[in-house]
Amino acid sequence: MGIVVFDGLAFGALLFLISVGLSVTMGLMNFVNLAHGAFAMAGGYAAAVLMNDYGAPFPVGLAAGFLAGAVTGGVMEFFFIRRLYRSHPLDQVLFTIGLVFASIATVTFFFGPTMQRFVMPSYLDGNVALFGTDVSRYRLFLIVVGVIVVGGLLLGLNRTRFGAMIRASVDNQRVAQGSGINVDRLFLLTFTFGCGLAGFGGALSLGMLTLNPIFPLKYMVYFLMVVCVGGAGTITGPFLAALLVGVGDVAGKYYIPESGGFLIYLLMLGLLLARPRGLVVKQGAH
Amino acid sequence: MKLTLSRWQLHALEIAFWLTLAACFFIFPDRLYLLTQILIAALFAISLDIALGYAGILTLGHAVFFGLGAYAAGLLAKAGWAEPLSGLVLAFLLCGLIAYVLSVLVVNATELTQLMVTIAVGAIFAEVANQATSITGGSDGLQGISMWPIFGMFSFDLWGKTAFIYAFVVVLLCFLLVRRLLQSPFGLALKGIHGNRKRMHALGSPVSRRLRFAYAVSAALAGVAGALLAQTTEFVGLDTLSIDRSAMVLIILVLGGTGRLYGGIIGAIVYMVVHDVFADLSPEYWMFWLGLFLMAIVMIGSGGILGGLSRFVRTDRT
Repeated sequence: MGIVVFDGLAFGALLFLISVGLSVTMGLMNFVNLAHGAFAMAGGYAAAVLMNDYGAPFPVGLAAGFLAGAVTGGVMEFFFIRRLYRSHPLDQVLFTIGLVFASIATVTFFFGPTMQRFVMPSYLDGNVALFGTDVSRYRLFLIVVGVIVVGGLLLGLNRTRFGAMIRASVDNQRVAQGSGINVDRLFLLTFTFGCGLAGFGGALSLGMLTLNPIFPLKYMVYFLMVVCVGGAGTITGPFLAALLVGVGDVAGKYYIPESGGFLIYLLMLGLLLARPRGLVVKQGAH
Repeated sequence: MKLTLSRWQLHALEIAFWLTLAACFFIFPDRLYLLTQILIAALFAISLDIALGYAGILTLGHAVFFGLGAYAAGLLAKAGWAEPLSGLVLAFLLCGLIAYVLSVLVVNATELTQLMVTIAVGAIFAEVANQATSITGGSDGLQGISMWPIFGMFSFDLWGKTAFIYAFVVVLLCFLLVRRLLQSPFGLALKGIHGNRKRMHALGSPVSRRLRFAYAVSAALAGVAGALLAQTTEFVGLDTLSIDRSAMVLIILVLGGTGRLYGGIIGAIVYMVVHDVFADLSPEYWMFWLGLFLMAIVMIGSGGILGGLSRFVRTDRT
């Protein structure tokens, strides 16, 4: 029981790390982004290639993952996505599906269709005793990182000037623009940062998820689910939802393996029906 | 300079279009399999157009109904009643009914929730079909379907001649049905709801009921398309239910042009032919160009092939 909850929380923390950027783009900028996994994949590949081919240590891989996600995200925002903030959701769906397809093909072309290997650094390998159970160090690490990132994001959004500017722009773009905030640049930075977090999550996921070119499509529903169930545009919502989804998914797979993946979808349908706006509703949402 | 077409010329164009489609039977006798696939994809895209293009329901799970229809027709045939037309009727009724029940979840949700609910429902159905191997055959699919002759007279042949004619007639009839439906007061109400839902509420139009009905009809026709696939290929696989197929039909429809009736057909022809050519070369390249093309179509914002054409052609019909 304890181990199921623990593994679920670790999976949830990972889901949160990848998805929280999506909460920002979908919730704050109202951009339906099905391609979020592609940015996570960029981070995952950057980390994998650096560590496998150049022998870089794990922390360098994580940093490279963040950078790769941020750069690809920033470039896409600057050239394309900023033109789509006001478009119909259908256009956004199509554009991002197109982006997913193109990224799958590009990654297959350069890295082949096989899974990227990952050697766990020695200090994350093995188990530690915690509350009387043996838990994997790597999973514990994921949970700790997840908690740190939640704390950091909450502080950043609520206590810094940058956070205040984001909240202002989201609540009322025109007034924010009028009061001297460069909303375009702010959105570019926010989108870039969100994709950077996705890349960071992608690099972290190497020990838990399989990284191959269909990554963005395979896990897309998980990322979307976390944001939708949690409440787009919030930080605590996706965090709660990611933990719920993580524990639910792991529990389903451990206890009723024959049910496959679909318990988690039932859970999501139920939650969406009960709280159509998400677990945590964005303040000022109308 | 815009080319102006009168109503009469438009009708002539429509008839010529369907005659040309029919004539393909003689022009490409060795590609009848592909042609049948195109017809089925066209019907599927038309069905999605009712939900997406006319009712404005954003769905990424329409393959659920396509797959349900396919499995319904396939299972009926395997159960010992392999009469083709009753398979279509069963698929139509079953999918319509299930969609009407599910529409409660879909119709009044916001766009993002709509998307998620349709994806979730799709994933649940796909997983159930995957697990229920004793009924669906799991990942091996439903094999060994053999259909009785149509009306007891025309048996399905190896070259797919009967299959093509059968699919052609069914798709044409469905198309005429859809056109009639959309030109009726019901269709006009749908357009109104898509244009301005609040105003239709204010006018006293039963918005939710209309949308639920539209979703059900749309799903029922998707089921017919799926049943056609099962009967003409005599096989049903798990991919009929998958999110890939939902994305594909969305792409076909948008490629042709949404909310235009013929958009789905034109999209299906172009997509299937291009896919047939490119996928042989390399599946990765095909995906790359498809992705790039999708991004381009959104950026240029032409409203698909028919949307692009409509800038040069003016019609009397509005």
